[in-house]
Amino acid sequence: MAEQPVLEVSDLRVSYYTDAGRATALDGVHLVLNQGEKLGLVGESGSGKSTMALAMMRMIKPPGRIESGRVIVHGIDLTALSDEEMRKARLSVIAYIPQGAMNSLNPVTRVGAQLVDAIVAHEPASKRGEIEERCRRALESVDLKRGVFEMYAHELSGGMKQRVCIAIDILLKPRVIIADEPTSALDVVTQRQVMETINRVQKQIGAAVILIGHDMGLMAQFVDKVAVMYAGRLVELCAVREMFTRPLHPYASALIRSLPSLSNKGVFQGIPGLAPSLLRLPGGCSFHPRCPHAMDVCRTSQPPLETLPDGRQVACHLYPHKA
Amino acid sequence: MADLLNLRSVTKVYSRGLISRTSTVALNDVSLTLKENEPTILTVAGESGSGKTTLAMLLLGFLSPSSGQILYKGKDINRLKGEERMTFRREVQAVFQDPFAVFNPFYTVDHLLSVPIRRFHLARSRADVRDRMVEALTAVGLHPDDVLGRFPHQLSGGQRQRINVARALVLKPRLLVADEPVSMVDASLRASILETLRALKQDHGVSILYITHDLTTAYHISRSIIVLYRGSVMEAGDTDTVITNPQHPYTRLLIDSIPWPDVDRRWGQTEIKAQESEAEGAGHASGCKFYSRCPFAMEKCRVTPPLFRLSERQAASCYLHDTHPALPAERLSELLP
Amino acid sequence: MASVSLSESLQPSRLTLSLNYLRRNKALTIGLIMIFLLTAFTVIGMLTIDTRNAYPLSVQPKQPPGDKYFLGTDFFGRDLLSEMVVGMWQTALIGVLAGALGTIIGIVLGFMSAYFGGIVDAAIKGLCQILTPIPVFLIQVVIAGSLDKRDVTIYTMAFIVLLLAWMWPTLVIRSQVLTMKERQFVSVAKLSGVGSLGIIFGEIMPNLLPFIAAAFVGQVFSAVFASFYLAVLGLGPLREPLLGNIIWAAQGQGAFFNGWWWWPIWPATAMVLVLGSLALVNMGLDELSNPRIRRTE
Repeated sequence: MAEQPVLEVSDLRVSYYTDAGRATALDGVHLVLNQGEKLGLVGESGSGKSTMALAMMRMIKPPGRIESGRVIVHGIDLTALSDEEMRKARLSVIAYIPQGAMNSLNPVTRVGAQLVDAIVAHEPASKRGEIEERCRRALESVDLKRGVFEMYAHELSGGMKQRVCIAIDILLKPRVIIADEPTSALDVVTQRQVMETINRVQKQIGAAVILIGHDMGLMAQFVDKVAVMYAGRLVELCAVREMFTRPLHPYASALIRSLPSLSNKGVFQGIPGLAPSLLRLPGGCSFHPRCPHAMDVCRTSQPPLETLPDGRQVACHLYPHKA
Repeated sequence: MADLLNLRSVTKVYSRGLISRTSTVALNDVSLTLKENEPTILTVAGESGSGKTTLAMLLLGFLSPSSGQILYKGKDINRLKGEERMTFRREVQAVFQDPFAVFNPFYTVDHLLSVPIRRFHLARSRADVRDRMVEALTAVGLHPDDVLGRFPHQLSGGQRQRINVARALVLKPRLLVADEPVSMVDASLRASILETLRALKQDHGVSILYITHDLTTAYHISRSIIVLYRGSVMEAGDTDTVITNPQHPYTRLLIDSIPWPDVDRRWGQTEIKAQESEAEGAGHASGCKFYSRCPFAMEKCRVTPPLFRLSERQAASCYLHDTHPALPAERLSELLP
Repeated sequence: MASVSLSESLQPSRLTLSLNYLRRNKALTIGLIMIFLLTAFTVIGMLTIDTRNAYPLSVQPKQPPGDKYFLGTDFFGRDLLSEMVVGMWQTALIGVLAGALGTIIGIVLGFMSAYFGGIVDAAIKGLCQILTPIPVFLIQVVIAGSLDKRDVTIYTMAFIVLLLAWMWPTLVIRSQVLTMKERQFVSVAKLSGVGSLGIIFGEIMPNLLPFIAAAFVGQVFSAVFASFYLAVLGLGPLREPLLGNIIWAAQGQGAFFNGWWWWPIWPATAMVLVLGSLALVNMGLDELSNPRIRRTE
């Protein structure tokens, strides 16, 4: 691929300093995303996926801290920017749809005002009339009537509010959109509507999307590539079809096996054990206590993320890698 | 054979306002029967606003119906007193959706298990209470030492929900109302919790009312299903049939919108007519509730369609099938295996 | 959603957590220390000094602070040190009595009102809402002023103060119980066969303890303050060395102009310390009972 990737995350490390000690939320994550690509980031609660999103947006607050690493979007290193520059970069270069975004709409101002605010904060010189037109068109592109501009948040349903949030996020045509469980509180039909909307607007503005969640079904419907996270590390990254047909990492395959589908009715296969506490990760590979294929080397050394000949990436001693 | 549970034309209406009353029909003329010696898992499927939570609250006795009756073992649950009421309480239990909200933050998690054991006299001594807690916790796959004596915020969501299910195990009710028991739990854990519920029915004869909006889990766990939309039954019957061959436009929309974890089964072509605002739903007092969103809406749909019986184990409330015989609402349970 | 689950046995003891919290909540800590010292002063004082010296014509009058009379004496021949000790004791008595009774009434009525709803709620809420706008100060002065001087004792003081103070804790506890009542753990308790009383005392009350403590401290504060200003106006039990009384008497005799500076200074300082410490503890408890701030883990 001769194209320059639109997003490059290298060796990102984030820790949380709690009363009970230091928790390693992200332990050296590498990630590359090309323009227009859709990546799904899956993992259990505590795997670090939301921390990834916050770290990329530089929204980690104390007691959390980005220890090291770089996040480069469209050539700009976000970690090296000043606070003011980062503020400008948010929404214009990289946008974020948080979980429960519909609750982040201001209940006392009209929807339109919030859209306008987003633009004005980044382009204070633009003309009012122009801004308003852009906002109304953004509403149309997420399948809402132009009249929604005048409405208040409480007059809208959950799905509509979520689409307003998407509209805000695409106003400035960012290069990367991070959607953190954007549909978790929504019904299945509304969820589909919202996801189809994200799909459409993403194609319109040519942005890359990172969809964070734990619903593998949504991933199958929406993304091109899937990245699996476990205990703060990326353990596998491959095309979505391969993830569902031939997952390599034992954790990923256990995840796929535990999914209910129409073909394996009545068969339930959970993953035994519990995710480790981030305060005290097991030595070696973090998954080894629960891994059916654990070997001696897994207890002592942590497998690095290796790129296999076919382009897939996996961090597991089962797969040959340069020692 | 006696009936365990009998809902007779149960309707629940919420009215608001003192001067100009606006009413919402949360549940409209629902009838259901569960037989005593035939434990089963019945799914009540629907999205938010469908009335499924109202149904749960009615069954648990937290709400009383606006009209109709709810009978447990032949007696109206809202008229039970004393000993009979305690029996009802013990035999009808629930597992709720939010693993954290069910715990009283002041106490350790033991409290959730020990209180009902003591109240229902299920143990003879302190040691016996502990034994029963240990037994139930082990049965759901938890190490009692990891969990007992801890506070709820010290445990993970999955552990908390498992304790919830353990509570149901300890009480061994006759009827368990499971309101979205796995929707707030990680995907990898859902399987084992659902397995425990199934074992409850299989090994202990507990009938389960599985309330959810997630049809994939419903498919795996239940035999019969009722699909609700805005308080009315849209479709009902055998789970396999209804999910693989849905006949009502709403059910079709629902099934098509499920994100199947299968790359080859992408979201269907069913057109979604979006619900444009919150207020719209409340407007239509009569007629098919799905009218405003139905791609097949016809003039006659302005009159509420009855349930048309499509086969021995499936019925849909839609005029598209009006060539089939109509089934009166009270006989809904005949469809359910 | 990054959650840290402590799955191993990492459970710091409740004591350690409490001490850690105290270090963070400075208002609470300082307030508690001050109250502790004031209480120690009062208790040790009551056990050691001769309380009769707190009453007129016991010792040599108008003596400045010195070796014999540690804090000096006043115009009427009362030893200021004894007065302070006895006065603090009586102030504490009024405060705790009125405060405790006010809180108890608040708990009983507040719980009943919130839990049972309907007519009971309407009646209690209505009564509180009618009585609240009544100017408390005015009524207290009127009542205290119209009593025969000899009938005014510290207990009547406590009663006068209590009369219009119980509404606030009632309403405030009521609203807390109303929210608690809807929480799911209450529904689960009902499913577990717990009756109404069990839910009130077993499920809801324990969660409201910091809140009730804050209400109590607030009540004590109002009671002490009310007794103080009523006494300063000369409406208190005049024979008793209540701190406010001492100031009233000092003012009556023109203490500052006559150079007896020590007479009003000690009671004023004491009053500031007492009210200040109560206010600090109140602030600290306020923070404690706010669930958002409380989560330290």
